[in-house]
Amino acid sequence: MADIKIDDRVDITDVVCPTTFVKAKVALEELDDGQILEIKLSDGEPVQNVPRSIKEEGHKVLKLIDNGDGTYMLIVRKVGD
Amino acid sequence: MAVDYALLKKGGFMRQKQKDNFSLRLRVVGGNLTAVQLAKIAEVAEKYGDGHVHLTSRQSVEIPFIKLGDIDAVKNALGEGGVEPGVCGPRVRTVTACQGEAICPSGCIDTFAIAKELDERYYARELPHKFKFGVTGCQNNCLKAEENDLGIKGGIKVSWRESDCIGCGVCIKACRSQALSMDGGRITLDPERCNFCGRCVKSCPTDAWDQVHGYIVSFGGLFGNEINKGEPIIPFIEDHDKLLAVCDAAIEFFKQNAKPGERFRFTIDRIGQDVFEKAILDAYNA
Repeated sequence: MADIKIDDRVDITDVVCPTTFVKAKVALEELDDGQILEIKLSDGEPVQNVPRSIKEEGHKVLKLIDNGDGTYMLIVRKVGD
Repeated sequence: MAVDYALLKKGGFMRQKQKDNFSLRLRVVGGNLTAVQLAKIAEVAEKYGDGHVHLTSRQSVEIPFIKLGDIDAVKNALGEGGVEPGVCGPRVRTVTACQGEAICPSGCIDTFAIAKELDERYYARELPHKFKFGVTGCQNNCLKAEENDLGIKGGIKVSWRESDCIGCGVCIKACRSQALSMDGGRITLDPERCNFCGRCVKSCPTDAWDQVHGYIVSFGGLFGNEINKGEPIIPFIEDHDKLLAVCDAAIEFFKQNAKPGERFRFTIDRIGQDVFEKAILDAYNA
């Protein structure tokens, strides 16, 4: 997994539900099929719900990395245009 | 001729404060009505009531201000729209349900199908006192299963499938019971902590969980003059026929043992929790 090339990054730790998912979704829309987005998100409600919502949109969750400071990096591959 | 109010109440006609006026309770299953039924209810409320309906606390509909002399005409009119009067008094009441897995993303069981089945099996059955069933789809418990005499809550029994797991750890974050842990890329499930909520399944990006959908059944809930949370006896019932066997046993226990006007909880307490548990386990293991 160390060789994943990140195409774009978005930080959603500055917004609350449901804007967390909306912000991530908008960032994904900017990408092409197969590109990788890194989403920085907070512990608690965002990390429990945003990965599920992204999966339900049809994208592929590749990895969740614990930053150890109450935030996580969610690595997502965009599926579709 | 004297009016038999008990008979009217049994048939869903609830006596109002206003003389010779009745609030008619309707038969609703799992909180669902068709548009055709709604249109007929609206028509009857306009023609025979005062133009409004009341939504009851347990998902039924009542049409108030029905006149004593119109009762038969009202029944006939409702029948044209596939609507039946409900019941009140000492018998099995409206079976309530949330939307469940057919509609709700959180749902773990088809609550409406179960509510319909329970309604067909038990609705209006004569008992020593009222008896309420409620069916909720998941641990979010929108339908408040444990406030019913018999509550059914949907759940998912899970087991991790290593071959599909990418070790992302989303399930561990989604779990609210601290039942999951990861060590060296392997997920471990603590069955003592798992509450069958299914959040791990629903959050997993690769569907790396084997699932068995089933029921958590609680007994003896009350939320009226007395308040008591219904409690399960069997942690998780996987089999649909066993669910019905357990429901049959609970109803039969109540019918055989309750005093008139005694709610299920107090029958269980008076006869003995151990005796009731044995009746349920015998039905489950039969």
